[in-house]
Amino acid sequence: MLSPESLRRIDREIAKYPAEHKQSAVMAALIVAQDEKGWLATETMDFVAQYLGMAPVAVYEVASFYNMYNLEPAGQYKLTVCTCLPCGLQGSLDAADHLKARLGVDFGETTADGRFTLKEGECMGACAMAPVVLVNNKKMHDYMSNAKLDALLDELRKR
Amino acid sequence: MSELNLEIDGRAVAVPPGATVMDAAVKLGIYVPHFCYHRKLSIAANCRMCLVEVERAPKPLPACATPATDGMKVRTNSAGAKSAQQGVMEFLLINHPLDCPICDQGGECQLQDLAVGYGKSASRFEEDKRVVPAKDIGPLVAAEEMSRCIQCTRCVRFGQEIAGVMELGMIHRGEHAEIVAFVGRTVDSELSGNMIDLCPVGALTSKPFRFAARTWELARRKSISPHCGLGSNLVVQVKQNRVKRVLPLENEAVNECWLSDKDRYSYEALESGERLTRPMLKDHGQWREVDWPQALERVAAELTKAAGSVGILATPHSTLEELYLAGRLAQALGGSADFRLRQSDFSGDAKRGGIPWLGMPVANLDGLDRVLVVGSFLRKDHPLLAQRLRQAAKRGCRVNVLHSVDDDWLMPIANRKIVPPSELLEALRGVNGTPIGESLRSGRNVAVLLGNFAQQHPQAAQLQAAAQALGYPIGFLGEAANSVGGYLAGLPVGGNAASALGHKALVLLNAEPELDCADPQTAGQALERAQFVVALGAFRPARDGADVLLPIAPFAETAGTFVSTEGRIQSFHPAVRPAGDARPAWKVLRVLGNLAGVAGFDYETLEQVREACLRGKDLAALLSNRIDLAASPAAPAPQGLQRIAEVPIHFADALVRRAPSLQKTRDAQPPRAWMNARLMQQLGVSAGQPVLIRQGSGEARLAAALDDRLPEGCVRVPAAHASTAGLGAMFGTLGVQAVAVGKAA
Ligand code: SF4
Ligand code: FES
Ligand code: FES
Repeated sequence: MLSPESLRRIDREIAKYPAEHKQSAVMAALIVAQDEKGWLATETMDFVAQYLGMAPVAVYEVASFYNMYNLEPAGQYKLTVCTCLPCGLQGSLDAADHLKARLGVDFGETTADGRFTLKEGECMGACAMAPVVLVNNKKMHDYMSNAKLDALLDELRKR
Repeated sequence: MSELNLEIDGRAVAVPPGATVMDAAVKLGIYVPHFCYHRKLSIAANCRMCLVEVERAPKPLPACATPATDGMKVRTNSAGAKSAQQGVMEFLLINHPLDCPICDQGGECQLQDLAVGYGKSASRFEEDKRVVPAKDIGPLVAAEEMSRCIQCTRCVRFGQEIAGVMELGMIHRGEHAEIVAFVGRTVDSELSGNMIDLCPVGALTSKPFRFAARTWELARRKSISPHCGLGSNLVVQVKQNRVKRVLPLENEAVNECWLSDKDRYSYEALESGERLTRPMLKDHGQWREVDWPQALERVAAELTKAAGSVGILATPHSTLEELYLAGRLAQALGGSADFRLRQSDFSGDAKRGGIPWLGMPVANLDGLDRVLVVGSFLRKDHPLLAQRLRQAAKRGCRVNVLHSVDDDWLMPIANRKIVPPSELLEALRGVNGTPIGESLRSGRNVAVLLGNFAQQHPQAAQLQAAAQALGYPIGFLGEAANSVGGYLAGLPVGGNAASALGHKALVLLNAEPELDCADPQTAGQALERAQFVVALGAFRPARDGADVLLPIAPFAETAGTFVSTEGRIQSFHPAVRPAGDARPAWKVLRVLGNLAGVAGFDYETLEQVREACLRGKDLAALLSNRIDLAASPAAPAPQGLQRIAEVPIHFADALVRRAPSLQKTRDAQPPRAWMNARLMQQLGVSAGQPVLIRQGSGEARLAAALDDRLPEGCVRVPAAHASTAGLGAMFGTLGVQAVAVGKAA
């Protein structure tokens, strides 16, 4: 189901907790699984549940609670824009509109070429640097004016 | 530690440290409105309905999650508390559809009730309400109207904490939160129906009961479950002489506030199309309906003719009164009667100190700190006793298992020893030298419990002796509602369940021998050999072995008494009138006695029968698990593959077999032939492939299935199911042969 490398990474996470609390590694395990598979299919969640000895629906609870997990296949680059109140007041909704116009997709959609998925996110603890955009859950870009957004898209397209 | 003294609504109360404000209020009999709080579940504090005012606290606090402290002054009813509660109610109703007129929960809904007290007469919410899609989570629990859910998570916590398996969860968050089973899964717990009772709104409802009645139209009649030995207390709800629903009657000492699905849904069988409603006679191979006098005269004449050789086989689901009269009839006519149809070893009969029983009150299971369960399909045979042990395990009780299969009991198991049935006795004798023995020695409150499998084992008496020899208190998990009651009724009479089959005339009471007997083949042969067979039953038998069929009233249609596995004598009244011409079996037996000229059989009422049965008997003094039996040498290992036969939960008695919704559950899936990988390889079969099982003169065609935890040389082939009814003894050897696919049909 998951590659030996992914399993090794999950085992490292599990090792951080007492043996009877393996389940504490669920968030990390889901991230590893998603890194490998790109998204969390039912079978993937089921596998993680078995691996950690927990109920599949409990894994589903976690996977559906946080925005960083993709419950559907996503594009090559997932752009998550924080639309919580502080960011909203600082123009993140305009930034989101700009991205929607440039990409031709709405929140939760993927561009036809499969390159970009646009997502709405919750507070990332970076309110002071709004608007913020997170790329593939890992890299944060701040103070995202329209010009900076365009530059970001161009750069990602070039990669 | 000393008690905490606090004051609620001006009244003083003392509670132990660790108690919550809710506990203190309950102790005073003060009602604090609540949804998510349930005394049997962990505290979630997510509905906020229980907000109360606490002196010097800056804001209202949830009573269910606030620890009581010394000197605390709480007001549950002040203006501040009230306005907090009203505020919460307004929020709860924002997304609720308010569809009470078409809601099955209407009339017994906590949200509806509390909305009357704390809600406004009109909503200020004008925006769109959220809509939550319906779910199909199985045949018993309906999750059709999930927009009604108030996210209390009682159903989720029930699964995690009581049923032992989390089958429902709450996905997403906030506005989008919803209760679901994992993608594509169903709720399969044998305790699932309790979620319906727990759900405070109409989100989870009973699928079989939906839209069948309004709660206020239903008459409530107390009853006792006729299934496992626990004797769960029931409320049977009736409308126009039809049982519409069965709910638990709370009894902390027995079933607490729970019911197994079997107890909850077996009532559906009362309306089965297979009900026998008229007496029937077979004349020259043709069945015809007759009236009662004609049928009874024929039966009485035949029994008199066979006097000296009348065998009565009653299931342990029969009432005390029925069993008592059956025993007396066998005595008077000459012959034998027994109720232990699935047992095969009667060598302990004269050696026992008394009636085998649980050995302690059911509630004492909670306090065990070490237990060894021998030969039990615990979760499926005794769902609520398993639940008790699960709670005990949570409190630190170490549960050890000695058995022939390693099923998941959904509780931590300290040590397990899984051996073939033929080695069960030796394993029990040697248990002291194993980690199980070590575990038991370290306990202060220890018990060894013998399950159905141990009682049905061909060395059952030796198993009892070996369990006794361990030196701990021992107990039997009674298979059926009257496993203790049968003995109290004076059975067995003149022999045992095996020898009774040898008589000329056979009387079957509630019994379907091909499904209810230890060895369907010998039972079938006995029926063929017998000169005369009369079957007293509530249903038309699947197999045509009788000469006369007498329709009798089953559970809910008759009065009677069950004596539970803890020795609790529980009598019950009928909830509805019998279907068609069916009559209570005790009356039928009485008339048969009268017609056959048995002296002293003139009982006018059921109470007289019960009186006669119990007169001069002190049950407490009769209960004993002592046995005086010399240890027999180990039996030689059997040649061939050993059969491991369980009685699947929803096939254990005539009633559940015919309960349509239970028959749709996962637990009711057709039996398979389970074996471990090595055996599969040896036999050249793969999982899913059809195999031919041969035992004695019979065979069965089942799908092979893999269970790698099974011991060597064993095949798990369930009994009590039509597909295996042609096979022989539940304990025995059998042959397995792959069926070439294509020829399978
Ligand atoms: S379905 Fe019922 S029990 Fe479950 S969370 Fe919703 S309201 Fe509570
Ligand atoms: S509100 Fe957007 S980062 Fe905090
Ligand atoms: S009952 Fe206290 S918060 Fe729900």
